[in-house]
Amino acid sequence: MREVDSKLVRFAAPTLLIGSLIALWWIIVARSDSAIFPTPGEVATGAWALAKDGTLWQHIEASLFRVEIGFGLAFLIGVPLGLWMGWVSAAFYTLNPLFQMLRPISPIAWIPVAILWFGVGDFSPIFLIFISSVFPMMVQTIVGVRTIDRRYLRAAANFGVSRWTLFRRVVIPAVLPEIIVGMRIGLGVAWLVVVAAEMIALNTGLGYLIMDSRNAGNRYDLVIASMIIIGVIGLLLDGITRLLEQMDIVKWRYVR
Amino acid sequence: MSDKKIVIDRIHKSFGALPVVEDVSFDVRDGEFVAIVGPSGCGKSTLLNIMAGFERADRGAIRIDGVDRVGPSRNGIMISQHGSVFPWLTVHANLMFALSGTKHRNHRELADRYIEMVGLAGFEQSYAHELSGGMLKRVEIARALVVKPEILYMDEPFSALDALMSLKMQTELRRILDEERHTVLLITHDVEEAIFLADRILVLSQRPTTIQTTFDVELPHPRKLSDPRAQELREAILKELGL
Ligand SMILES: Nc1ncnc2c1ncn2[C@@H]1O[C@H](COP(=O)(O)OP(=O)(O)O)[C@@H](O)[C@H]1O
Ligand SMILES: [Mg+2]
Repeated sequence: MREVDSKLVRFAAPTLLIGSLIALWWIIVARSDSAIFPTPGEVATGAWALAKDGTLWQHIEASLFRVEIGFGLAFLIGVPLGLWMGWVSAAFYTLNPLFQMLRPISPIAWIPVAILWFGVGDFSPIFLIFISSVFPMMVQTIVGVRTIDRRYLRAAANFGVSRWTLFRRVVIPAVLPEIIVGMRIGLGVAWLVVVAAEMIALNTGLGYLIMDSRNAGNRYDLVIASMIIIGVIGLLLDGITRLLEQMDIVKWRYVR
Repeated sequence: MSDKKIVIDRIHKSFGALPVVEDVSFDVRDGEFVAIVGPSGCGKSTLLNIMAGFERADRGAIRIDGVDRVGPSRNGIMISQHGSVFPWLTVHANLMFALSGTKHRNHRELADRYIEMVGLAGFEQSYAHELSGGMLKRVEIARALVVKPEILYMDEPFSALDALMSLKMQTELRRILDEERHTVLLITHDVEEAIFLADRILVLSQRPTTIQTTFDVELPHPRKLSDPRAQELREAILKELGL
């Protein structure tokens, strides 16, 4: 990939692209004078009204809260489990088949089970987020451990350091870039799933907002507004995780 | 056993059906510098890895000071072609890591001293990706020496460097070895490097490898490769290698 140096280009090009898409959308809707599908102006007005009366923030907060808890639990369980399975092959051979069986089951398939187990409170979507983001983080961590360059492990063995030092100063830093990739994937999936989960039950969250807006009198301006907000927050979440790539301890992976 | 630092006793090694090392025996004196040359793929690295304790021989034994070698130890540090300086640690932290298993006191001072010795003062807080290939080699050497090993195993340490830097590093290594006496085993494909540095040069045969010839290098340091005796030796070794 040719390196684009100018910050202006990096910012201006995508802005220009999105800007022209919005313009195109506006022109097409205006010309076809569709009764239901809103123009960008109507979407903005609708979103502004929701933002002003505060309900929009409540929905965003509710969705973010569920992602925080579900993703947090998945991280706390997926990463240590991945480290263990990557390091101890007996653990890998015992647990991997089970997890590979659970992994392809769509989170949608878990919805009835979640409702049965946890009811329609906050805990069902949290569970769905957990179940769908734990596996990418676990798998990525396992891959990270298993691909640690042998020369580093040999060097550690050569200097005869303690197991704890080996783990803390070689294994963890060597795997960290992979863990960050896992976190990016996991967080992306978590955000994807929270919206789906909220469409089924509950009465808060951006997913609920979409279903509610449609049901309560075809407010397609709010449907589209929610979709755009979901996209923007997804972009921001990914951007935040990518900040982790700036840490001194993982920079080595991203140079050159 | 008094002056036999390392005894390599009838080492055999195969990878599956591929015999790689076949009946290699030799002794290394304390403080001796032995260079090993041989055709590419003949089993030099395998032999050195067995000596350093990273691989196990199928048959035969390695004895260091009369004790069987069973695994790697900080008594003998390996420096290999691609290097193993941890890229996620600073130069200083790499040396501190190496020291973390030792009983030496004042780790910090030791680390500083060896970083200075290899000419990297001022780069203590740099990371590997901020250093040139030659500087990285110096870190590798400093990290190996700081634990005060008796033996250095070097597997084509300078072959990834350009010719000029490689020459410079050879001179540096010689200077450092004059300061601290180590027993050194060096694999190289550079016959001149071997003549410049070693007390003895082993020429290995094609795979499965055995010791084909041994040359003693009895020239005083610092050596000049333009010396007719060095040139003569070079011709003889190249002839052994079939060139
Ligand atoms: N771990 C291994 N498994 C299988 N074959 C190996 C392994 N390591 C080395 N070999 C083979 O052994 C032979 C000698 O390798 P090596 O000792 O690296 O040679 P050299 O260092 O002399 O170039 C080569 O043919 C190589 O393919
Ligand atoms: Mg080799």
